[in-house]
Amino acid sequence: MSAPAVPVTAPQGTLRLPRWAVLAGIAVLFTVGYLLYRGTGTLPHDDEAAPFLFINDARETIDAGRNENPLFLYLINYLRLFTAGLYDLLEVGLTALGWPGLIGVMGALGWLAGGWRIALLAAAGFVSFGVLGLWEASVLTLALIVAAVLLALVVGIPLGIWTGGSARVRRLITPVLDVMQIMPTFAYLAPMVLFFQIGPASATVATLIYALPVTIRITALAIEQVSPTAIEASASLGATRRQTLRKVQLPMARETIALAINQTIMMALSMVVIAALISAPGLGSDIVRGLSRANVGFMLPAGVAIVIMAIVLDRMTMAAARRRVSDRVSYVAAGMLALAGLALAAVLPAEFPEEWRISFAGPVNDAVTWAKFSWYDVTTAIKNISSEALLNPLQGLLTSAPWWLVAAAVLAVAWWSSGVRPALTALGCLVAIALLGLWEHGMETLTTVLVAVALTLLIGLLLGIAAARSLRFSAVQRPLLDAAQTMPAFVYLLPALALFGATRFTAIFASVIYAVPPVARLVEEGIRGVPPTVVEAAVSTGSTSGQLLWKVQLPMARRAILLAANQGIVMTLAMVVVGGLVGAGGLGYDVVSGFVQRTDFGMGFTAGVATVLLGIMLDRITQGADRRPSP
Amino acid sequence: MAAERSSASDGAVIEVAGLWKIFGPRSERVLACSDKDLDPAALREKTGCTAAVRNVSFQVRPGEVFVVMGLSGSGKSTLVRCLTRLIEPTAGEIRIGGEDVGSASPARLRELRRHQVSMVFQHFGLLPHRRVIDNIAYGLEIQGMARADRYRRAREILTLVGLDGHADSYPDQLSGGMRQRVGLARALAVDPQVMLFDEPFSALDPLIRRDMQAEVMRLHREVGKTMVFITHDLSEALKLGERIAIMRDGSIVQLGTAEELVGAPVDDYVADFVRDVPRSHVLSLRWICRDPESDEHLDGPVLPADMIIRDAIPASTASARPIRVVQGDELVGVVDRVDILTAMTSDAGAPAVHAEKASA
Amino acid sequence: MKIGSRVHLLAGVLTLGIAIAGCGGAKVGEGTGSAAPQASSGAPAAAGTVKIAINPWVGYEASAAVLAHVLEKEGGVKVEKKELTEQVSWEGFETGEVDVIVENWGHPEEVKKFIDEKKVALSAGSTGNKGVIGWYVPKWMADRYPDITDYKNLNKYADLFKTSESGDKGQLLFGDPSYVSNEEAIIKNLKLDLKVVTGGSEAALIEGATQAQQQKKPLLFYFWNPHWLFSRVELARVSLPAYTEGCDADAKKVACDYAELDLDKIVSKKFADTGGKAYQIVKNFQWTNEDQNSVANDVQNNGLSAEDAAKKWVDANPAKWQAWIPQ
Ligand SMILES: Nc1ncnc2c1ncn2[C@@H]1O[C@H](COP(=O)(O)OP(=O)(O)OP(=O)(O)O)[C@@H](O)[C@H]1O
Ligand SMILES: [Mg+2]
Repeated sequence: MSAPAVPVTAPQGTLRLPRWAVLAGIAVLFTVGYLLYRGTGTLPHDDEAAPFLFINDARETIDAGRNENPLFLYLINYLRLFTAGLYDLLEVGLTALGWPGLIGVMGALGWLAGGWRIALLAAAGFVSFGVLGLWEASVLTLALIVAAVLLALVVGIPLGIWTGGSARVRRLITPVLDVMQIMPTFAYLAPMVLFFQIGPASATVATLIYALPVTIRITALAIEQVSPTAIEASASLGATRRQTLRKVQLPMARETIALAINQTIMMALSMVVIAALISAPGLGSDIVRGLSRANVGFMLPAGVAIVIMAIVLDRMTMAAARRRVSDRVSYVAAGMLALAGLALAAVLPAEFPEEWRISFAGPVNDAVTWAKFSWYDVTTAIKNISSEALLNPLQGLLTSAPWWLVAAAVLAVAWWSSGVRPALTALGCLVAIALLGLWEHGMETLTTVLVAVALTLLIGLLLGIAAARSLRFSAVQRPLLDAAQTMPAFVYLLPALALFGATRFTAIFASVIYAVPPVARLVEEGIRGVPPTVVEAAVSTGSTSGQLLWKVQLPMARRAILLAANQGIVMTLAMVVVGGLVGAGGLGYDVVSGFVQRTDFGMGFTAGVATVLLGIMLDRITQGADRRPSP
Repeated sequence: MAAERSSASDGAVIEVAGLWKIFGPRSERVLACSDKDLDPAALREKTGCTAAVRNVSFQVRPGEVFVVMGLSGSGKSTLVRCLTRLIEPTAGEIRIGGEDVGSASPARLRELRRHQVSMVFQHFGLLPHRRVIDNIAYGLEIQGMARADRYRRAREILTLVGLDGHADSYPDQLSGGMRQRVGLARALAVDPQVMLFDEPFSALDPLIRRDMQAEVMRLHREVGKTMVFITHDLSEALKLGERIAIMRDGSIVQLGTAEELVGAPVDDYVADFVRDVPRSHVLSLRWICRDPESDEHLDGPVLPADMIIRDAIPASTASARPIRVVQGDELVGVVDRVDILTAMTSDAGAPAVHAEKASA
Repeated sequence: MKIGSRVHLLAGVLTLGIAIAGCGGAKVGEGTGSAAPQASSGAPAAAGTVKIAINPWVGYEASAAVLAHVLEKEGGVKVEKKELTEQVSWEGFETGEVDVIVENWGHPEEVKKFIDEKKVALSAGSTGNKGVIGWYVPKWMADRYPDITDYKNLNKYADLFKTSESGDKGQLLFGDPSYVSNEEAIIKNLKLDLKVVTGGSEAALIEGATQAQQQKKPLLFYFWNPHWLFSRVELARVSLPAYTEGCDADAKKVACDYAELDLDKIVSKKFADTGGKAYQIVKNFQWTNEDQNSVANDVQNNGLSAEDAAKKWVDANPAKWQAWIPQ
C-alpha cells in the first residue's frame, strides 16, 4: 500500500509527526469545530422523511398487486407454495416417525456420522426435547431447519462452486454477500412478510436467505483451497472440467464443504427465534412469548432445546465430515437403532410420556426474581453509570454536532487509518445515511456500537491474553468458548433481559457476551501464532514477560487483533439491532418497529439499509487498517 | 516400441518452434512490438508482464530422454506445461507425434493428454481421497475404461514401480518416495508415448532421489518412452539426459549432450552451471587427447575416444606408456598419466573450462 | 450429449409452460377463484385445527386461553396458538396462517384493507370487553401533585420524569413496539416536553408501575384497561383532550385521548365460511372485563399456566361459557 496519506504530512527530511499526533490533531480540530458550531447543522429525526414515505407507497403498490403482478403470479407465489410444500412434507414425515422413531433415526444417523458416542449424544439430545416438554415444538423446528438448510444447500453449493472457480463471479458476488451478512436479520422480516406473507414458507425463506451467504462463502473457499497441482494433474491426464470437478475438486473439498453445511445449519438455528416472529412453527415462539412477557422461566427450556439441537447437529456434521467411510458394523448398528426406534414407536404412546417431563420454569423464575432483587443495586448502578458516563455524553456529542463535522471527522480518521479509498467509502456511507433521513438514529446506533465494541475488545483482549499466557486458563476457557459459539445469538438476550430489563444497556450487554468469544479466540490465536523463535529471541535479550507482551506479542498479533475488532463490530452491529427488541433505540428500534407497525415499514426498511451502511463504514475503517504495513 | 509409432517426418516426437509465453495483461501486444526483447526486469516494469518462455525451439527424438535445466524462475515449468497447453502458449508452434497441438480442438487436446502425453509433478498431485490403486487408475477412469480392466492395468503398473501390496493404502500413508512412484505409475498407466517430468524428485531426500532416478532409468530401458525431464539438479541431468537444454530467463542458452556442455559451455552462465561437475566423470578421452609428441612410444594400450576419462584410469596406471585413443581404427591422439591426473585434479577446483576449451 | 441436454431443456420449458398455462399463476388467499393448489399448512379450519393468534399482552392471552379451552373441549377441534404481534396477525388471514384474532383494538387500517378490500376476514362480534388506552401515573403522584392528571400541567412536571434514557425530557414509558400508539403525535401536537421510551413489553410497564407506586418513584406510562393491575396497584389516569369522533382520523394530527373501544373478534373468511360449531363458539364468545382480569391475574400472579387458569375459570363459570355453545 502507499505511504500513509495523512492530511498533515511533514515534508521529507524534516521531523515527521508520530501517528498518534495526527489522531490527536483530528480530535482537537473536532473539539474546536464542535464548540463553535454545536447545535447547528444537526439532522433531527423525522418519522415522515421522504424516503420512508416513498417506500411505504411502494409497499402498498406491491401489496395490492399480489394477485395481479406477473412476478407474484408466476414466481413468488409458486416459490411460496413450493417451500410450504417442502416444509409440510418434512413436518409430516418427521412427525410420522413418532418420538421413539425419530430418536432412533437420529441415533442411527449419529452412529453413521461418528460411531457410538455421537449416536448416544444425538439420541440423548432428542430425548431431552421430550423431557423439557418441547417434543412437538422441537420436531417442527427441526423440520423448518431441514427445509431451509436443504434449500440453502441446493442453491448455495452450486453458487459456491461457481464462485470458487471463477474470479469474475467472485468479484461480482462478494459485495452482495457482504451486504447480506451485515444486513440485520430483523430488517428483512418486513419485506419477507410483504412478499411471502407469514407462515412456515416465509420463515423458511427468511432462514434460507440468512444462511445462504455462509453456504456460498465456505463452499467457494473449499473449492479454492483444492491443491492446484491435483487439478493440473487431472487436466494433464485429459479430464474434462466436469470430470475434474466431480472426481477431484468436490471430493477434495469435501471436508470444507461439510463445514459449510455445518455452518449453514448453525446459521439456520440462530434464525429460529426471529423467524418465529413471522409465524415459524416450533421452539422460537416460546422464546418470543417469554421475551414479550419478560418471563425467563418460560423461554429458558426452549432456549436450552435450541442449544441442544445446535450441539447435536454440530457434532454430527463435524463427525461426518471427518469420517472417511463407514464400515459394515456401523451400518448394521445404525440400522438396528433405527429399526428399534421405529418398532418402539408402534408400541409406545404417541405422545412423549408426561411422567418423564421435568419443568423448571418455576425455580428459574424464582432464581431470576432473586437475582433481580439481590443484584438490583449493582445492575442498576452498572446500567446508570454506563448510560450517564458513556452512552449519553457520546450520543449527545454525535447528535448535537453538525453532521458535516462528524462526517469530516470520520473521513479524517478513516484516511488516517486506512488510506484514501476506504475513507471515501466511509464518507459515502455516512452521507447516504444522512440522505436516507436516519442521521440521528444512525448516530444513536453508532454510539451503542462504539461502546459495545470498546467493551467487547477490552474483555476479549483480556481473556485472549490470559489464555495465551496460561495453558490452564486456556484449557478451561476453550470449551466454554466452543459452547458459546454454538449458541444462537438470541439466547444471549435472556440473561441480559433478566438482569437489566429493557434498556439500551441490555442490548450492549447482550452484544458483548455475543461477540466476546470470537474476539477472545482470535486474540489468543494471534498471540500464540507469534513464532517461537521470535519469542525466544526476545527472551534471550532479557525482556520481562510484560515487555514481551507489549513489545513483541501484541504488535505481532496486530493483524489478528484487528481482525477481531472487525468481527466484533459486525457481530455487535447484528446484536444491537436485535437489541431493538429489548430496548435499544436508534436504527434497531426503527427496524423492529418497521416490522410490527405498517406505517413504519418505510422507516424500518431504510433503517435496515442504514445499518448496512454503518457496518460498511466501520468495516472500512478497521479493515483498511489491517491491510496497512505494521508501523 | 512406443517410439516406432512416431510419425513425424524427420523422426522427432516433439517439435517446438518459436515458442513464447508471456504472462500478464495484453500479452499479445507485448509480443507484437519490440518490448519482447527487453530484459525481464525492464519488461515487468514497463508492461507488467513476465516473459516466462522466449522464442524456444527444440526437437525431441523418439525414445530420447531430453532434459531441461535452469535456475529457479527460468521458465522450465512453463515450457513443459505449454507442450500440452496446460498453460496456453502466447505464440509458437508445437507438434507432438506430428500433430499440431496449437490448433487442436479441446476434444482433440484431451485425446492427446489422455493417450499420448502424461506428466509427473514435483508435488506429486495425488488425489488424497483415493486409494493408491484408484490414483493410478485415474487416467484410465476418465477415459471411460471399465473398472475391472483399469484395475488390472493399474496392478500391472503397481508391480512395475515396485509398490505391490500398497494398492489399498491412501497417499498420506506413503512416504514421499512411494508417493512419487504412485505419480509415476499414474502417468505410466495410460501407456503414453511421451512422459513429461517437472522436477519430479526435487522434493525427495538425496537417497530416495537416487533410487528414483535409477527407477526412471530402468523404466526407460524397459518401456522405452520418450521423456522430457525438468530438473535444476545438474547431476540428475547428467545422469539421465541424453541431451540437455539449459534455460535462462525463458530462453534456451545451450542445447547439447552432457559432454558438450561441460566441454564447451557457450557462455559464463552455462560454465557456471557445470563448474562443479567432475569433468573426469563426464568428458571422454577425446577432450584431453593430444597429438603424440615425436619422442613418444605409440605402443601403449588402446582405448576408444568416447571412453569416460575416469574409466581410463586403470589402463593408464597399468602401463607407463601413453594411451592411444582411437575412433574406430583411426588414431585420434594420445593421453598419458599426467594428462589424466590433470583432468582429475581440475574436478576439485574450478578451472576455467571455458578458457581451456577455447585453447583446445 | 449436447442434444441430450437440449432435449432436457426443452422438456423443462414445456412443463413449466404447461404448468403456467394450466394454473394461470398462483394467487394468494381465496375469493380469487384460483386453481392453484393450497399448501396444507395454509389450510383453514377444515382440517380440524383452529389457529388463534396470540397478541403479546396477558389480557388477550386470558381470553384466548379460555376460548381455546372451550373450543377444544366442546368444539371438537384442535387449537394452534400463534405468538404474533397485532398487525402481523392480520397478514395471516390471507394465507390461512391465522383463523382468529380474539381481541382486536380497533385497527381501522387493517379493517379497511383485509375486511373491506381483500375480503379475507370479518368481524365476529364483540368480546364483551370494553377497552381504553391511556396515560397513567402512580396514585401517590396524583396525591402529591393533584394537578398532574391534567395534560396541560405535564410540562411543569416533566423534570420529575427524566431518566437516563430520556435525556433532557420527561420519560413516557411505552410497552411493546407493536402496540397501538398515538404517543408521538400527541406529544408533538400538544407540545409536551416528553420523550417516548420503549420498555419493550407489557412486563416492563407492569414492573415500572408497581415499583413506582411502592417506592414512590415518579413514572408516566402508557397503559390500558381492562387490566388486572388496577386491582393490585393504584393508578391515576392523566386526562388528555377528550376524544371526539374522528379526532384520531389522521394519525399525524392526533391531539386527543384514545377512544373507548368495543373490543371485537376477527376471524378469517375461510374459517367463517365453514360455519361449523367452532366458528359459532368463537362468534358467541363474550365475557366481562372482570372475567378477563381474573384469568389474567391467575396467569400473571398465581403461577398458573394460561391453560390451567382457563380451566379454572371454565370450571367455576359453567353458565357463562355454556351460553356460547350453539344448540
Ligand atoms: N501463472 C503465472 N502468472 C504470472 N507469472 C508466472 C506464472 N507462472 C509463472 N510465472 C513466472 O514465469 C517465470 C517462470 O516460471 P516457471 O515456474 O516456469 O519457472 P521454473 O523454471 O519452473 O522455476 P522453478 O525451478 O522454481 O520451478 C517466473 O518468473 C514466474 O514468476
Ligand atoms: Mg518449476
